[in-house]
Amino acid sequence: MSVEVITIIMVLFTFALYTGIGWFSRVKDTSSFYVAGQNVPTVANGAAIAADWMSAASFISMAGLVAFLGYDGTIYLMGWTGGYVLLALLLAPYLRKFGKFTVPDFIGDRFYSNSARTVAAIATIFISITYISGQMRGVGIVFSRYLQVDIIVGVLIGMAIVGFFALLGGMKGITWTQATQYFVIIIAFLIPAVAISLQLTGNPVPQLALTSSDIVERLSTIQVDLGMTEYMAPFTNLSMLNVFMIALALMAGTAGLPHVIVRFYTVKNVRAARWSAVWAIIFIALLYLTAPAVGAFAKYNLISTIADQPLEEVQDIEWVSKWETTGLLQFNDLNGDGIINFSEGSADNEVIIDKDIMVLSTPEVANLAPFIIALVATGGLAAALSTASGLLITMSSAVSHDIYYRIFNKEASEKQRLRVGRLSLLVALLVAAYVGINPPGFAGEVVALAFGLGAASLFPVILLGIFDKRMNKEGAIAGILTGLIFTLVTISLILSRTIFGTEEAIIDSFFGINAQGVGVVGMILNFIVSFIVSRNTPEPPIEIQQLIENVRAPEMDDNLEAAATKESE
Amino acid sequence: MGEPEKVQTLDERQNWYWKKNIKFISGLLVIWFLVGLGGGVLFAVPLNEVPFFGVTLSFWIGHQGAILVFVLLILSYAIRMDKLDREYYEKKLEK
Repeated sequence: MSVEVITIIMVLFTFALYTGIGWFSRVKDTSSFYVAGQNVPTVANGAAIAADWMSAASFISMAGLVAFLGYDGTIYLMGWTGGYVLLALLLAPYLRKFGKFTVPDFIGDRFYSNSARTVAAIATIFISITYISGQMRGVGIVFSRYLQVDIIVGVLIGMAIVGFFALLGGMKGITWTQATQYFVIIIAFLIPAVAISLQLTGNPVPQLALTSSDIVERLSTIQVDLGMTEYMAPFTNLSMLNVFMIALALMAGTAGLPHVIVRFYTVKNVRAARWSAVWAIIFIALLYLTAPAVGAFAKYNLISTIADQPLEEVQDIEWVSKWETTGLLQFNDLNGDGIINFSEGSADNEVIIDKDIMVLSTPEVANLAPFIIALVATGGLAAALSTASGLLITMSSAVSHDIYYRIFNKEASEKQRLRVGRLSLLVALLVAAYVGINPPGFAGEVVALAFGLGAASLFPVILLGIFDKRMNKEGAIAGILTGLIFTLVTISLILSRTIFGTEEAIIDSFFGINAQGVGVVGMILNFIVSFIVSRNTPEPPIEIQQLIENVRAPEMDDNLEAAATKESE
Repeated sequence: MGEPEKVQTLDERQNWYWKKNIKFISGLLVIWFLVGLGGGVLFAVPLNEVPFFGVTLSFWIGHQGAILVFVLLILSYAIRMDKLDREYYEKKLEK
């Protein structure tokens, strides 16, 4: 059987599985639709958080990005997991205690303002659409290569499946489906990693093989010989300032991701929120500790397969020719000597490779069995679909709950809200399909913008809403607007070539900080402005202050309470 | 039922609980910063001279070590808060 046939069988099998689970856990009321009725077990919720959080970017792109950034790839490895620490320690338990449905709901209620609610809802919708476009690109890449269908057909199939069980199951259906998807994702990521690790280093544990073998050392030497940067040395691709700022922006941006925060409302109490966070980070770390190993191994294999080899021989290799037809891998024999000069970053480089194909092509480069190649494709789809469905629910709840119910129609019945929820989910689905089929020419920049805006707007307000009792409506709104406007303007100026089509960038960087890291400056401005404004305007109303006091008090735990009373009797 | 005129603030035990909680979090975040942004970025150049098995210490921290520490931070937070919850109810008992 060919790789394509095995892939189709595995993809169909897993899709049937997800759909079946979505069907069996379908729901009828709004509370279960948005937050799964708060009765999902901790481990399952942890796995669902992990699947929701690990998108196509983590599965398909990250190891490839690390492979080309070398040391500096730490911005993704550390940035995304470090942000999770902020989320778990600073936000999740308290947001759970507030007991709101969504992030805009928290912001709107805490700052007793519908303007704040609307701004938060719009930020949520914008961030979600940006993310979905990334997931759809992932789905498109997988389908176009392994199912050999047109990208348009691929995206439509993917959207139909996501839409089907998101509409049917709501958050509860999604939670169980995502927990299943986590296991597909992790198996698909680990099996090829183990195989390649064994092949290259003789050590079956890829996470350990990265440090215990001399593979990174060898890779560093080969890269320097070829005229690339030294793999192991810090700050060869990005300055120290930028690594620091980008890592921090990704951390704060990740912590403010609305579709991940909403996950913590699906547990039954604060304690369960803390333990869900533990399970999720363990599940996430399993992939994140493997990714740098996959990145290094893949880069090593790729270099030894194509660097300084005769072009014609390389183009005869099956995986090379198949990726060439997708346009994601290109050779350009500049000096006409028929030998491939692979020296990323220098002017003589003759290989143009899309970093997104690194993980997907790894098993083929290493000549692994067709079954494993199909598995990786299935895992990539699971990662993209699990995140896309979480985003869709988040987006539809921002529209139906935060905007329609809380602002326009306070008398809306359960049924009406559920209908608007499903309708907006359908619209979101169509927008996502459109974005997936016609991805914006500047996808990378849009993602930088989403994280930057998340860091500069949502993260500071949520944090201050929890920890600063004196923070009021005026301070929060002034802070959000400052952060948003500063970040939006600065990023547009730095990326003016792709955004406005100017010949030169209007500014090269903000005092040495590039577009990806500038959200941190917006975040700091947000903190400063909201502090100053809040201290010079009236304190929040008494019931809001009471709300914050209540969040600080320990949760009433029936078991502990009962035990205490029993003993005292 | 009128609006309350004054905020009902935390009692002594609740205050103790909240302060302890803040202390835990601050400690964990200091480690988070020192290991992640410190070891992986700010001190990356000097630590890159320190060998660690087949790689250098800062490379390991940046690619794997920090992530392992992050897992431990979240785990220890959950464990310590469970303990704090128990202590809170025991204190309540003493009263």
